Amino acid sequence: MKRWLLPALLLIGLVAAWQVAASTEALADLLGLEPFLIPSPVEIAEALWENRTLLAENAWVTLKEVVFGFAIAMVAGLVFAIAMHLSETLRLALQPLVVASQTIPIIVIAPILVVWFGFGSGPTLAVVALISFFPITVNTLDGFRSVDPEATKMMLTLDASRAQILRRVEAPMALPYFFSGAKIAVAVAVIGAVFGELVAPDAGLGRLIFLDMQLLETARAFAAVFVLSLMALALYALLALAERRVVTWR
Amino acid sequence: MPAKAKEFAAAATLPSPGDSNGDGVSIRGLTHSYGELTTIDSLDLEVPAHGVLGLVGPSGCGKSTLLELISGLQEPSQGDIALGEATSAAGRLARCAFMPQRDLLLPWLTAIDNAALALRNRGLRRAQARRRAGLLFERFGLAGFERAKPAELSGGMRQRVAFLRTLMAGKPVMALDEPFASLDAITRGEMQEWLARALEADPRTVVLVTHDVEEALYLCDRVAVLSARPARIVDELSAPSPRAPDRDEAVTDPAFVAARERALHALRGGAL
Repeated sequence: MKRWLLPALLLIGLVAAWQVAASTEALADLLGLEPFLIPSPVEIAEALWENRTLLAENAWVTLKEVVFGFAIAMVAGLVFAIAMHLSETLRLALQPLVVASQTIPIIVIAPILVVWFGFGSGPTLAVVALISFFPITVNTLDGFRSVDPEATKMMLTLDASRAQILRRVEAPMALPYFFSGAKIAVAVAVIGAVFGELVAPDAGLGRLIFLDMQLLETARAFAAVFVLSLMALALYALLALAERRVVTWR
Repeated sequence: MPAKAKEFAAAATLPSPGDSNGDGVSIRGLTHSYGELTTIDSLDLEVPAHGVLGLVGPSGCGKSTLLELISGLQEPSQGDIALGEATSAAGRLARCAFMPQRDLLLPWLTAIDNAALALRNRGLRRAQARRRAGLLFERFGLAGFERAKPAELSGGMRQRVAFLRTLMAGKPVMALDEPFASLDAITRGEMQEWLARALEADPRTVVLVTHDVEEALYLCDRVAVLSARPARIVDELSAPSPRAPDRDEAVTDPAFVAARERALHALRGGAL
């Protein structure tokens, strides 16, 4: 009860305060802005309802990009983590590259990605995959390295092959770490999709937000942000649920 | 073979290591060092087939290293270790099962799947491996806990599952590293009796490391007292009545008390 009540109360309080600040135009006065630049929650809700079809269509595009990009990152992250775990040479060789992948300034490089992957969902997928790859790889690798060396020795005396140690001991051990990485990654994946859409003139919520900012349709832009947040929350919850189903021993 | 042991063996066909069932352990001139640090110094030890040897010594004297060397998890710097015919590390690994200090049960597997790990590693199907491990669960006082996760088991039961896992490997030699150190005194006594019965029913060549002199003298045929690092043998004793049916009676027997005093004396002398 307390778990739900506290965040709910806080949220209601914040929205109410925003409503008052926006509808009395107090905030706009304070910041010296035109009132229409600061939409109230009620106005955002209206925009959300009036543009429900448009928002849903664009949300579907973004969701597909996030899910596919995230899936690419998950596969690549697992492959990298397992390879780096099994081979010290590969670990030493790849570690700097994996870290470097995270320092790429995505917004700056996005136009180049458009040139590489063409207009459409390609660049967005690349950005989402690139941005979510790092937390998945690093966390999974940490999971592999947290295995008790004594457990490995015990398995060796029980006639286990390298592959069996990986499957029966190391992989289950790394699983919770993988999920931690994936949960961090899914939130940044949504941000990645928005960045990707800024440069690729395709549909999507990021694209919509970008256009609405130029058109000064601030209420609809906020409505799109709201849908994006819901999407990230839902994906996060889905991963948390999967984790609960799979990691039953914690 | 006593009648009870026959019954045990018949009821629960243990994975038999075949004709190598009678492997002894022979250690000659064993020296082991990590860089400059010599942990074991020209050690000679002999365990006959189905014999139980206890190793007691002060903390950090290299007992655990010795077990890893016997198990084939490491190669010694110098000297020879033979398990039956096997002298190479790979050969020893194939003939020795190792029970670590902590039970190291895998928390995501049920008790029975933990016990059957060696069978699964050898390619047995899960149902078959479970059936074979299950036969021993009742004998080992674990009936009804087959599907329990390790977190749901008591300390004593966890050690029993860990021992069963070692036994199911079907190796002629077992290296036990302070198997009951983490248990409370009462449970430890019960587990010692339990292990004594298990070894009587299903004899193996055992090297048992412990810091508990009483445990060593009760469970083992012979007990070697090791010195502080580098480990050498200070004294070697024969136990008066190994694995006697009544533990409480056995440990208060004058011969047992005398042996314990002698071992403790050697331990104190070697620790200096």
